[in-house]
Amino acid sequence: MLAYSVRRIFSLVPVLLGLSLVVFFMIRAIPGDPAQVILGQLATKDAVAELSKSLGLDQPWYVQYFQYLGGLLSGDLGESLRTKSAISEEIWPYLAATMELSFFAMMIAIVVGVNAGIISAWFQNSWFDYTAMILALVGVSVPIFWLGLMEQWVFSYNLEWLPTSGREEVRNPVNAITHLYVIDTLIQGRTDQLVVVLKHLVLPAVALSTIPMAIIARITRSTILEVMRSDFIRTARAKGMSMFWVVYKHSLKNAVIPVLTVIGLQTGLLLGGAILTETIFSWPGIGRYIYEAIGYRDYPVIQSGILVIALIFVMINLIVDLLYAAIDPRIKYR
Amino acid sequence: MKKQLGLKLMALILILSMGIAGCSKSSSGGTKNEGEKGGSGGGTLVFARGGDSESLDPAVTTEGESFKVTENVYETLINFGEQDTEIEPGLAEKWEESADGLKHTLKLRKGVKFHDGTDFNAEAVVFNFERWKAGNKERFYYYNSQFGDVIKEVKAVDEHTVEFTLNRVLAPFYKNLAMSPFAIASPAAVEKHGGKFTENPVGTGPFKFKEWKRNDKVTIVKNENYWKKGLPKLDSVIFRVIPENSARLNALNTGEVDLIDGVNFSDVKSIEKNDKLQTFFRPSLNVAYLGLNNERGPLKDKKVRQALNYAVDKKALVDAFYAGAAEPAVNPMPKTVAGYNDAVKDYEYDPEKAKQLLKEAGYEDGFEIELWAMPVARPYMPDGKKVAEAIQANFEKVGVKSKIVSFEWPTYLEKARKGEADAFLLGWTGDNGDADNFLYVLLDEDSIGSNNYAYYKNPKVHELFTKAQSTNDQGEREKLYKEAQEIIKDDAPWVPLVHSKPALAGKAEITGYKAHPTGSDLLSNVEMKK
Repeated sequence: MLAYSVRRIFSLVPVLLGLSLVVFFMIRAIPGDPAQVILGQLATKDAVAELSKSLGLDQPWYVQYFQYLGGLLSGDLGESLRTKSAISEEIWPYLAATMELSFFAMMIAIVVGVNAGIISAWFQNSWFDYTAMILALVGVSVPIFWLGLMEQWVFSYNLEWLPTSGREEVRNPVNAITHLYVIDTLIQGRTDQLVVVLKHLVLPAVALSTIPMAIIARITRSTILEVMRSDFIRTARAKGMSMFWVVYKHSLKNAVIPVLTVIGLQTGLLLGGAILTETIFSWPGIGRYIYEAIGYRDYPVIQSGILVIALIFVMINLIVDLLYAAIDPRIKYR
Repeated sequence: MKKQLGLKLMALILILSMGIAGCSKSSSGGTKNEGEKGGSGGGTLVFARGGDSESLDPAVTTEGESFKVTENVYETLINFGEQDTEIEPGLAEKWEESADGLKHTLKLRKGVKFHDGTDFNAEAVVFNFERWKAGNKERFYYYNSQFGDVIKEVKAVDEHTVEFTLNRVLAPFYKNLAMSPFAIASPAAVEKHGGKFTENPVGTGPFKFKEWKRNDKVTIVKNENYWKKGLPKLDSVIFRVIPENSARLNALNTGEVDLIDGVNFSDVKSIEKNDKLQTFFRPSLNVAYLGLNNERGPLKDKKVRQALNYAVDKKALVDAFYAGAAEPAVNPMPKTVAGYNDAVKDYEYDPEKAKQLLKEAGYEDGFEIELWAMPVARPYMPDGKKVAEAIQANFEKVGVKSKIVSFEWPTYLEKARKGEADAFLLGWTGDNGDADNFLYVLLDEDSIGSNNYAYYKNPKVHELFTKAQSTNDQGEREKLYKEAQEIIKDDAPWVPLVHSKPALAGKAEITGYKAHPTGSDLLSNVEMKK
């Protein structure tokens, strides 16, 4: 298993290299000059030319690319054209914010999605099954933008249960250590703040969880249905085992591989795909960080941001692959 | 063993999810009251806006969201008026100009200290100007565009007197000094923080910098030793980023924030009906226009451009998209700018007249153009797409067919700058309230390739603009600008659309807030009435 992991990690190198090349060219292919955007109203021809020069944008593409690559190899993600700060320093708070949000969103998606899928399969063609699957269809199709604003309107404005946006009560800010606020408040023993932080997480996490939740529910339902038709399930039932145990123990265990795959893929997608949720709930996450960088043509931030997300994405999938073996003894990695 | 682990995991997930659910219930009613917590005395103002600051060193940025914060941390030698761009004493109490307009002597305020305890004096002023001058040109953009080739020398005559020597006359010299980027920073702090000064601002302003969480919030707190006695009234101000307009209004409604900018004009009515809220309007220092590329197709013909001016119903635009908080534009700059020509009569909305002119120009059967719609909302252009659709309908009536196109924002600007657009929506917000900052920047032939997107060229106009730049006789300058506006009206390089009054909204308890036309508000007089 160790050899397998090492091999997998090494195979990432060409993937990431290729990706960096594609991203590098794609963002340069779109029109719009960073110097122009940074200067805004003050962009005279001379000023733009000078700024491009000092940003190194007047160099040939291959020089720029190899400089960037050289930096990456020494662990340097580059410097933001806009804020002039090192990206490696700047990126962590954003990444932490998104990781925290994605974690809770996936928790909700998994708990609700898996259970909804199981119950739907168990009581196939019942009213619960129909309702759950219609909801799942709505879940994948409803625009997050609309859902987010509706959540704010109902739960914040009308019911006054939850805050509309942000990560904390700004008048009583969290002292950031790891930038994962749930952990920060726990370390500092500030349970009052922990409650506030969790309250801020609910609406965006629910909005973000809808799509993965719906997908997980549908996959769980269909795989469980398949497993339930197997001989060993019939045997288990014939032995007089209760339906609950048959479903939750025997079927789930055998249905878990496809479900886990979907969970892995969805978690990776959430990390980069939370832009809409982050915008509506003003969550200072990595999606918005990169999105805004695109608006400013902040090339280094776009490049490095996408690379970091891609790295996490493949790492999650690696972990999922390794989990297969842990869960299913029939799978062995050599 | 494995079973137990699975069970434990499941239990953990269950507990966690119950925790979330529990928190959501127990919080009922909680959010409303949090807004009223604050320090002693003046309390805290949470000001929500659409974007984060780029830098908290005003000298190295050009972006409005940065100035919104630095305006309160730093001070300039000269100030703008409370709600206009007239000049008033700032860190300089008095000033004198030599007869030839090349020497300016400023007497500085005594007893002012920077937040780090060092003294504000003539040496500090000289240090700042030398820093901007010596720095990379592209790093200190504003200094270079406004003063770069103008200021020859800045000298400390004594502890509280500075003397500026200029290479040539610069009419808006004092107005420029009042702009946020020319705020005076503590020399000691600049040296101490070096490259990190953008994140550690130290000035003389009413508030001191406390904390900046990027893309989230900036916190500034009361400067207890501020030289204006009794100010600021607030204990602290928190600038929060809430990118989406509707979400920002939601946060104001629930009391999480106290004041918001970028209010949709369509929301103004409902806010005004709410007793707990109030609206504010920023005095207009902007213009929204439909640029007509003077070098493309039928638009080359002056008669065609005039016809299109007759074809647009500006009044209808104001009513439909600005909730009345705008005025139809006649000239390329708003009335508040000195040198505005009142005598210029606007093209009336008159489709018949437009058809007539098109016929004279040989386009009786009309023609087809592209109509570019701004993809982003700006205070002067709340909804580019809808405004474009309204104009499209106006044009249709006079037989001009237009296809609405749009690009992502930087692409839009780049293509328009290269002259690829026929008719395009754009706008401008003034920096210092001087006519030069509208007319020369937007319509002089020197500005083609930067802000003259219409590719408008008229030698006479260029001559007038250049003359106005090199005299410091205000009366003479106004005459020159007035003449230029008449020519521009006739040449019709644009359809000037509106001058809008950007809307803000806040809690009813807020007093003393004055929205400044430049977009950077001084918050020292603001109070939260209990």
